[in-house]
Amino acid sequence: MKHALSVLVENKPGVLTRVSGLFARRGFNIDSLVVAETENPRVSRMTITVNEQDNPVEQVTKQLHKLINVLKITDLDPAGSVERELLLIKVKADAATRSDIMQIVEIFRAKIVDVAPEVLIVEMTGTREKVSALMELLAPFGVVELMRTGRIAMSRGKRAT
Amino acid sequence: MKASKVILEALKREGVDTIFGFPGGQVIPLYDALYDSDIRHILVRHEQGAGHAADGYARASGKVGVCLATSGPGATNLVTAIANAYMDSIPMVAITGQVSRHLLGLDSFQEADITGITLPIVKHSYLVKDAETLPRIIREAFHIASTGRPGPVLIDVPVDVTKEDMEFDPAFIPAMDLPGYKTNLKGHPKQTKEAARLIAGAERPVIYAGGGIISAGASEELRNLAIYGHIPVTTTLTGKGGFPEDHELSMGMLGMHGTQYANYAISKADLIIAVGVRFDDRVTGNLATFAPEARFIHVDQDPAEIAKNVAVDVPIVGDAKKVLAALLVEVKNLDLSPDRHVAWMEQVETWKRDHPLVVRDSDDGEIMPEAAIAKIWEVTRGEAVVCTEVGQHQMWAAQHYLSRYPRRFITSGGLGTMGFGFPAAIGAQVACPGSLVLDIAGDGSFQMTLQELATAVQYNLPVKVCIINNQYLGMVRQWQELFWDKRYSNTCIECQPDFVKLADAYGAEGHRVARPDDLEEVLRLAFASEGPAIIDIRVKREANVFPMIPAGGSVHDMMEREP
Repeated sequence: MKHALSVLVENKPGVLTRVSGLFARRGFNIDSLVVAETENPRVSRMTITVNEQDNPVEQVTKQLHKLINVLKITDLDPAGSVERELLLIKVKADAATRSDIMQIVEIFRAKIVDVAPEVLIVEMTGTREKVSALMELLAPFGVVELMRTGRIAMSRGKRAT
Repeated sequence: MKASKVILEALKREGVDTIFGFPGGQVIPLYDALYDSDIRHILVRHEQGAGHAADGYARASGKVGVCLATSGPGATNLVTAIANAYMDSIPMVAITGQVSRHLLGLDSFQEADITGITLPIVKHSYLVKDAETLPRIIREAFHIASTGRPGPVLIDVPVDVTKEDMEFDPAFIPAMDLPGYKTNLKGHPKQTKEAARLIAGAERPVIYAGGGIISAGASEELRNLAIYGHIPVTTTLTGKGGFPEDHELSMGMLGMHGTQYANYAISKADLIIAVGVRFDDRVTGNLATFAPEARFIHVDQDPAEIAKNVAVDVPIVGDAKKVLAALLVEVKNLDLSPDRHVAWMEQVETWKRDHPLVVRDSDDGEIMPEAAIAKIWEVTRGEAVVCTEVGQHQMWAAQHYLSRYPRRFITSGGLGTMGFGFPAAIGAQVACPGSLVLDIAGDGSFQMTLQELATAVQYNLPVKVCIINNQYLGMVRQWQELFWDKRYSNTCIECQPDFVKLADAYGAEGHRVARPDDLEEVLRLAFASEGPAIIDIRVKREANVFPMIPAGGSVHDMMEREP
């Protein structure tokens, strides 16, 4: 199972290195990592996705807590949280395939954000699974490049993550 | 006030009276401030020596050790010492000079990214970009280094920062800004009760105590619990002295070169009370066969240590001193009958009687290495502060120099750093000026940091270096003998200095002894002298350390003596 660890850290130089270095030296693998400032400019949030099979999540969490700059860690349960990922994908499109692509884009409630003579850029936000499904469907048309932001997640309900 | 002076004032406020260091270009302002400061500076001859001396000082005194080095190579020379302190959880603050802020990141002369280099081996680190933050950072550094699970903290200070003028009011104590740093002192009361219940129900209990006992100052609480509960105690290498090894409940050290009875007891125990330990592989061997019949109570300051290597039945996160005191209260509430596990105590006694640690007699007029240690113990009546290097001599010292008190056996446990002992002994001697401080050394290890002889002589620190000289890198040679078909690849170091002349060259005292009958007299002579001394003890060259459980093995693989 994939775990999304939502980690609040002090927004200070070197904190990302401390966190990523910890993962590297303890032999933990990161599936994805998203870092940005929060509503409080002194605090950043890291959303770290790890695979439970490869990582002892409890040990990961405890080791992270030992970093002085780590403030809070929440292990987000998929059922109790909303998760999203942003995808940009540049896909080949000629006169023959363009309308098929547009149909898929519509079904996924994705958006075409750039059109050029031989390519389209499609933007989509959604869960990891949905993003992967769109990628799979667009693959046969020929993918020039794609970028995923990695997952962010927020707990449902009144309580802050 | 100049920021360089502010640094020293802030250090004094933390109770620092001694710094171990070595100057260089980027710390000239700091050294200039030291020139008329009342902080004592011990000038070492290599920065590694400064780091280990600060480490030895911290271990002997319980205070935070402080070392100081310049940027670049000065800072990188500290790396081994910082790693050593990190692995054994020793409170230390390392201050390094750095190139000026505008030169950072430009591969400037003597620039090294020391905060980056040391990231995996510090508890925390700072690169000071603003002089105004210095008082707060120094306060935080000492707090972090000395609380919770102790460890080294690095403060990297660009030289231009130290030259700035700033306001400093010694009476104003800056607030710490550590929102993410919490330490849990008191163990959970429910868990403590549960632990007491397990202790009361145990038929074959063993206490397994480590360095956490020493750092928490918990030896008295440990002794009270062990005596009240009548529970045999085994300690790790870094836990030596946490429980008096001449006590009838002591089983000495456990693990790879531990006593047979300690390892037998662990293998048959139904309850292990682990306090301030981390289930290191040199203790457990194969985890699958470690203490197969036991349930575990694990008391540790660091939650990440709990269930890291073994599954634990009752985890208690907290300060060992407080938890053990609370545990004793709970145990007393349960009103244990003193003879509830008589059979187990008899079993332990039988193992002790049948499988004692042996001091071998020499068969050919040579000194047996463990006999040398036993003689050192006898001559010092077990009262010396003993530092060691790393290797065979270290294990013989751990086995045969019985420790009675905490902070009196100082050794590199986790990192296993050859060259640690001598500079650590210098630091310990600074911390304990009136005590006899020994470095029980190997001839290989001592050669790694022997330049500190100049330091010992300069400050008249009367450390006595007892070289257990077998002209081998003995521990590796032992493994080569036992597991690598006696192919002694690069472990024979017959080419070595004449240690007596070496001592003389540095202005220390040198002695050599090769016959068992002369040993006592030479030791007494050297220990009675007022200055630093080297005693070159020539021992039987190919003696091995036994008992031994091969790496990754179990108690069933134990080799009791020479095959």
